[in-house]
Amino acid sequence: MKFAIVVNEGPYTHQASDTAYQFTKAALEAGHEIERVFFYHDGVNNATRLTVPPQDERNVQRNWSELGKAHGLDMVVCIAAAQRRGILDENEAKRQGKDADNIAEGFRISGLGQLIDAGIQADRLVTFGD
Amino acid sequence: MSDEARKFLYVNRKAPHGSIYALESLEVVLIGAAFEQDVSLAFLDDGVFQIVKGQDTKGIATKNFSNTYRALGDYDVRKLYVEQESLDERGLTVDDLMELTHDTDDEDDLTSIIVVNRSEMAKIMSEQDVILSF
Repeated sequence: MKFAIVVNEGPYTHQASDTAYQFTKAALEAGHEIERVFFYHDGVNNATRLTVPPQDERNVQRNWSELGKAHGLDMVVCIAAAQRRGILDENEAKRQGKDADNIAEGFRISGLGQLIDAGIQADRLVTFGD
Repeated sequence: MSDEARKFLYVNRKAPHGSIYALESLEVVLIGAAFEQDVSLAFLDDGVFQIVKGQDTKGIATKNFSNTYRALGDYDVRKLYVEQESLDERGLTVDDLMELTHDTDDEDDLTSIIVVNRSEMAKIMSEQDVILSF
């Protein structure tokens, strides 16, 4: 089966991103396909490479980046939600006149159309949120 | 996947102000309209407050985006399901809601608001291909 995953909450405050990560990992291990993982609302905060959680805690962003790399996942961050919350890639930082970018490896910034498209392409769209 | 339009239901469960979910949900609906799918919206729980008329956000310095719901008809979003029990539980009636309408080739200003009870809402949900809950 082909799943699309939507993550609507940021790391640590809510369990949504952790659960989405575990679900995605389990689906892949069971032989399913992941059409796309889409990060929306505060979910975009999963994509900053600047988090430094305590060493004895899980690193939510790094978990996603590593899973994405291992399986070639398409991990998309909504541009409108990202700009509100200060998640920028190199291009957006330049375009907006900001002095830094912070997007982590494996994530890309794109539009909400990617969310609708994921809903059209996948057999099941699963939302993780509050 | 087939090329047929899929049934998309956007479920709005949260109050319009106090969190950003309602505003960002509306942004998805407006972008999604360009994809020509079979779109409907559901308003339940505190989500019914999103379409209450006479909203005024001056005192909290946030954007009053409630008028955007009036544009949904122009985007061919014509089915706005509102749960009766959620209205009742909050002391609201359909008269407290904005007049949200759409035009067809034959008629103008048809109401888009469809009040349904909880079991009808469950049936509507069971008939969807994609549900996005905000």
